Amino acid sequence: MQSEKQSISRGKKILQSILDATLVPFLAIFTAVVIGGVIIKMVGGNPFEAYMGLIEGSLGSKKALSETAIWATPYIFAGLAVALGFKGGLFNIGAEGQLAVGAVFSALIGYALPQWLGYDLPAIVHIPLAVLFGMLMGGLWAGIVGALKAYTGGHEVINTIMMNYIALNTTSFLLNGIMKDPSPTNVIARTPLIAESARIPPIFDGLRVHWGFVLALLIAFLVWWVLNKTTLGFEIRTVGLNPDAAKYAGINVKRTIILTMALSGMLAGLAGSIEVTGLNYRHELGFSIGYGYDAIAIALLGKSHPLGVVLAAFLFAAMRNGATRMQFLTQLPVDLISMLQALILLFVAADAIVRYIYRIKSRGERVVLTRGWGG
Amino acid sequence: MTETPHTLSDEIVLEARGITKQFPGVLANDNINFDLRKGEIHALLGENGAGKSTLMNLIYGLHNPDKGEIFVNGKPAVINSPNDSIKLGIGMVHQHFMLIPVFTVAENIMLGDETVKNGMLDQKTVAAKITDLSSQYGLEVDPTSLVGQLPVGTQQRVEIVKTLYRDAKIVILDEPTAVLTPQEADDLFRIMRDLTARGVSIIFITHKLKEVLAIADRITVMRAGKTVGTVLPKNTTSEKLATMMVGREVNLVIIKKQAVPKEAMLTVKDLHVDDVRDYPAVRGVSFEVRAGEVLGIAGVQGNGQTELAEALSGLRATKKGHVTLADKDITGKTPRVITEAGLANIPEDRQRHGLVLSYSISDNMALCDYYHEPFSKHGVLQPKALDENARKLISAFDVRTPSSFVSAGKLSGGNQQKVIVARELSRSVKLVIASQPTRGLDVGSIEYIHGEIIKMRDRDVAVLLISAELDEILALSDRIAVMYRGQIVTIVDAKKATREQLGLWMAGAHVQAA
Repeated sequence: MQSEKQSISRGKKILQSILDATLVPFLAIFTAVVIGGVIIKMVGGNPFEAYMGLIEGSLGSKKALSETAIWATPYIFAGLAVALGFKGGLFNIGAEGQLAVGAVFSALIGYALPQWLGYDLPAIVHIPLAVLFGMLMGGLWAGIVGALKAYTGGHEVINTIMMNYIALNTTSFLLNGIMKDPSPTNVIARTPLIAESARIPPIFDGLRVHWGFVLALLIAFLVWWVLNKTTLGFEIRTVGLNPDAAKYAGINVKRTIILTMALSGMLAGLAGSIEVTGLNYRHELGFSIGYGYDAIAIALLGKSHPLGVVLAAFLFAAMRNGATRMQFLTQLPVDLISMLQALILLFVAADAIVRYIYRIKSRGERVVLTRGWGG
Repeated sequence: MTETPHTLSDEIVLEARGITKQFPGVLANDNINFDLRKGEIHALLGENGAGKSTLMNLIYGLHNPDKGEIFVNGKPAVINSPNDSIKLGIGMVHQHFMLIPVFTVAENIMLGDETVKNGMLDQKTVAAKITDLSSQYGLEVDPTSLVGQLPVGTQQRVEIVKTLYRDAKIVILDEPTAVLTPQEADDLFRIMRDLTARGVSIIFITHKLKEVLAIADRITVMRAGKTVGTVLPKNTTSEKLATMMVGREVNLVIIKKQAVPKEAMLTVKDLHVDDVRDYPAVRGVSFEVRAGEVLGIAGVQGNGQTELAEALSGLRATKKGHVTLADKDITGKTPRVITEAGLANIPEDRQRHGLVLSYSISDNMALCDYYHEPFSKHGVLQPKALDENARKLISAFDVRTPSSFVSAGKLSGGNQQKVIVARELSRSVKLVIASQPTRGLDVGSIEYIHGEIIKMRDRDVAVLLISAELDEILALSDRIAVMYRGQIVTIVDAKKATREQLGLWMAGAHVQAA
């Protein structure tokens, strides 16, 4: 009797929490689409044609779906990186830099390791080596920021931004220097192509979508599982929600902060590694057009829940991918997509606006994004 | 208080008739009638959640009643916002002060009602008016000092001056003594008397029985959204009031057996600890707590008790000295090592240290041993074991909650504290450190938690009780240590201690050589 009552209340509670978590993002997207439509109309376009073009371009064919999945892959990894940070009370703005670090080192292992060894590696060894090395270096890069926070109190927002500059400029230095593709015709700052044995194969013949996309979905599940089902996740969440209580409970807060930051950096590093090994087969300066910054928007829209991140990543991927088709059909500039994304983010971040428009009562506690600012 | 039984005026300045307010799931106010006479202190007494604050928020305009009417000076009043109530001469001092720490007293007082001259704030006129009010009502405040640097008692005075500055004739004080030291509370009572002598009427919200009997002209008791009755202090007693509040008879006196102290469990030798700002807070403290006894640490807040408790539990670094728990050296060890050595810690600030408010009761019940079997196996949490543990403790410790999945933040203060007490006292421990274990709790919860502490003592656990409530120290302790300015002034047998003598020591009086 008692247990039945409890299980009912638990089921109801889970349903309620899903509703609570999805309602505002959904309405934010809806509102952004409506306002975007008005703006399209104002600049002389046809909003229905534009949105149809967007949908057609992103979901309308096998190829469109494949390309959307390709866009979604780095978005998922980087979005998870930022979301994991949020869960641990850390605002990782450095995904962009960690991603570059991951890409550089994966590329290095991808093209240089066979030369160093003097023989070819089988793919089953070479792919994991390239991916793992990039991932670990991304983790190490972010772990430095974690250690600075834990031992000196230096705020991670400042330090990740600074580390971005270091990472991006060092990458530029390397790609223009010792890591530059030596082929005589090359004038671009990019590495040589990685060995065939380091390339993640496509899932289907004739489509570019590769197994890295499947890995992204698996990692999303893994992140959810670790956060919610393991003692490590319990420690990360406790430190994120209440560091004082975490200390009282005997959790090593310093260690947990460093670990959270490193795990976050590993996920961001993976975004770069997978782009190199699965799609571009080399690292080229400027390949990441703001994945690391879009990731913040994706984590916010996904309410830092791994499933939410996957869905938000798909939305952003579809918009990016469909934009070309939309432009082709309606002659509207691709920049419109950035505006739409900004509107969505605005409504998610300032959810009071959405709650006011749709008269939704606030429920539960607010998400803690970051703490200790200046404190 | 010799002046307490003064004659009551017949002039009614505020009346609430048939006030009803429904919140989702709770009938917070159910047909409440309440009146306030000119120049009286009318105490509104009740447990947490009885509906006192709701009633006051309705009168102050923070909520609107579903039914009922409010009359001010005999005229029906429409109060839709605090602005309306301020215009009607009603002022409220909230339990959590609404002051801006980096502003001066004058700036805080004029906030929202600024005096402007040539487009600039006219600090001088405001300061003069404040000084005027201060001397008129005996409320000394310096208009130029920064609020953040003032002691809590003075900040409260600023809040009171703020209401008078806006010409309040009716002042609502919401749990004003909760944050005050005994001395500051006495000061406040004197101020309240001065105010009423000058025609101000006061509604005094509290759940402390002694205060009500000492200061109130009339007492209205609320329980579960209803008024139970209005009584005069001379016609009632603490016991009768407690029964009215809780709805059943309450043991205000703890019945306990003679303690049988065994071996020393906690030994502290020459302990030095610094506070947050790196100033010495604990300065050479030595004592021991034996198995099967309660050692109470009495003292006015801020004399090093917080730092002492934090150092003993590993939350704060020790500068010098030695601490042993059951023959293990725990000096400067981490909280986890000390917990595993046998410490149960009921922290002073339950929401900051004791709980993760957005976590479920189940998760909070295992906050300190989530990493142990059966709560986790090979690094994976076991929800079933967590839930079973929570349900067992919820019924054993009488936590009032619909289920174990409710987040701790949704519980009342008393039930939050019960979650902590349940978690800490259900482990097999050798030492309990209880810091302010009943602060802000209602009579029923206090009775319960006191009983649990004595039970631990009788099971041969050593108990270190740190409390600013002298009554609590006297009721529970077998020996009492008095702390003053980071040192232990003396340790006495609780049976030979008197309130008066302890009060003197707490205020820094020297101990006579015996």
